[in-house]
Amino acid sequence: MRFMFKTDYEDDITLFPHSGYIVTYGVLLAFLLIAPFVLSSYIVSQLVFVFIYATVGVGLMILTGFTGQASLGHAAFLAIGAYSAAYLQQFNVPFPVYFLVGGLLTGVVGAMVGFPALRLQGIYLVIATISFAFIVEEILARWESVTHGNEGMRVKALQLLGTTVSRDSPSFYYLCLAVLFLTIIGTLNLLRSPTGRAFVAIRDSETAARSMGVNVSLYKVKSFAISAAITGFAGVLFAHKLSFISPEMFTLQLSIEFIIVILIGGAFSPHGAVLGAIFIVMIDPFLTYLKDDLPVIIAGIAATFGADSITAGKIHGNVAAIASANGLKGAIYGVIIVLFVLFEPLGLYGRWLKIKLFFQLFPLYKRATFKRQKIYVKSERNR
Amino acid sequence: MSYFRAENLSLHFGGLKAVDSVSFAVEKGEILSIIGPNGAGKSSIFNLISRIYPPTSGKIFFEDQDITEQPAYEIAGLGIARTFQNIELFENATMLSNLLVGRHRHSSTQLWQELLFLPSVRAGEKLHRRRVEQVIEFLDLEAYRDKLISGLPYGVRKVIELARALCSEPKLILLDEPSSGLNVEETGDMSFWIRDMKTELGITVLMVEHDMTLVNRVSDRVIALNYGRVLAMGSPSEVQRHPDVVAAYLGA
Ligand SMILES: Nc1ncnc2c1ncn2[C@@H]1O[C@H](COP(=O)(O)OP(=O)(O)O)[C@@H](O)[C@H]1O
Ligand SMILES: [Mg+2]
Repeated sequence: MRFMFKTDYEDDITLFPHSGYIVTYGVLLAFLLIAPFVLSSYIVSQLVFVFIYATVGVGLMILTGFTGQASLGHAAFLAIGAYSAAYLQQFNVPFPVYFLVGGLLTGVVGAMVGFPALRLQGIYLVIATISFAFIVEEILARWESVTHGNEGMRVKALQLLGTTVSRDSPSFYYLCLAVLFLTIIGTLNLLRSPTGRAFVAIRDSETAARSMGVNVSLYKVKSFAISAAITGFAGVLFAHKLSFISPEMFTLQLSIEFIIVILIGGAFSPHGAVLGAIFIVMIDPFLTYLKDDLPVIIAGIAATFGADSITAGKIHGNVAAIASANGLKGAIYGVIIVLFVLFEPLGLYGRWLKIKLFFQLFPLYKRATFKRQKIYVKSERNR
Repeated sequence: MSYFRAENLSLHFGGLKAVDSVSFAVEKGEILSIIGPNGAGKSSIFNLISRIYPPTSGKIFFEDQDITEQPAYEIAGLGIARTFQNIELFENATMLSNLLVGRHRHSSTQLWQELLFLPSVRAGEKLHRRRVEQVIEFLDLEAYRDKLISGLPYGVRKVIELARALCSEPKLILLDEPSSGLNVEETGDMSFWIRDMKTELGITVLMVEHDMTLVNRVSDRVIALNYGRVLAMGSPSEVQRHPDVVAAYLGA
């Protein structure tokens, strides 16, 4: 067990409370820096998607995890960032400029969504953000002079410092890693500042936040704007990674995937966004595996247990049918959401913290350590 | 002119007159208690002052300024802090974060400075922390700094809510039933703290309270309320002897 002796207020402000953190994150960072040269190009490409999804996850976490405002409209923010990039690129606007414009424009749109959202809570806010996303999707499909409608838009490889950075190059990988890194640092800074605390205050009790002098409306709009801007930045990278964008890429399903990122990872720490992003990016290869290999394996097992070739063939067919059924992904998402909400509301990161504590305290760990005690019931609230 | 003044304050919920043309004044540096049976409209008066509800009619003055139309979040900025009858803490945050939110009205850093955590932000954080530590020491809360509120017992939460209000360095503090749910010993501590707030910190106290021992021990003046109307006003013993007050408490 590690005992921490704090001797300075600085100890509670610092990002790395003890040297162990610096070592762990240093090793992780070093690994990520050499990854493009040691891992297969397929995995590196998947990692780029992890970085982009994790960036969005951190953005969504600011709004949902810390300010308590749900959103199922983040695919639209991603789209606005992506389309800004694709559009501005046509006029030879340099990458740094359209990267900034993409993020900031999305932030402004986020603030505009935030205003009407001030009056909404819970499920109504979810519905409002879904509606917003549908509107954006429609606009992308109809505003053909700018977005090329359903034909979609081609995104050229980005130009940075006079060189072409292809979407599969290590440079692009580093760019996405840097954006994620800066997003996480900025978010952590925010959380240890008055603004971050105001967000958390609004999440837990708007009444109390207001009575302590927090301008609740202003901070909600700020939270929307920051969250959207981060997603917009990710959108620019997303457009480059895909090299082609069209309206049907930014659907409700994508917004749900972002919610899953923070739900599975844990909505209260950037660690969670990264874990959730890894999960969501892995699910596609996993489904492909289910389709291709699982029927063969199960039929093989059946055969070893004495099934004749006709039965084995039938089993193979049935399993293949299930594994390639339409909507399997959606169904898996649904089951995952339900299971996590019920059994692991703090997500994978919360689970990891518990496992870590278990080993730190071993053998003194008590089963009830994480049992939430109900101490009193709020009978009435001054709403 | 009085330090704080409510003039003909009314709050109607449909046909129900929760507060009915109430006028009173609080002098600088005094402890004024509002007593009255359940549903008398005591908490409603606090909710009017902190503008959770806009008054149906009437005016509120603080330091000779009309604050009736101020938005709720600016009331704290004027130096009026409050606690809630049913405790409104930030449940999923540590006690330190809760208390630091109390410092909100004193923070002036810009968003971009916070994103970069510039030295000015860091310096501000340290200053806030120092002030918070003074309050922690004042209320003996040293044991709970990094504890989540959701895991703390009721009595401690009650004190933490008081601490959060004190962290904003208020001039006037509104305490809604500070001793409800506390045991005898905790109530005793509470009465010392309330007196100390007045004598050491120079804070004016307006308090709603049921426990008459506590009221008698700390109050300079008392207001009795029933059905949203003022029954009596004066020293603690005067008010408790007032025939209307006796009748209201006996349910006559
Ligand atoms: N939001 C509300 N809507 C309707 N009636 C309310 C509301 N808040 C309080 N009341 C009513 O106003 C009256 C005064 O309530 P309150 O000020 O909480 O009394 P207390 O003196 O016990 O603090 C009660 O009859 C209560 O039922
Ligand atoms: Mg009350």
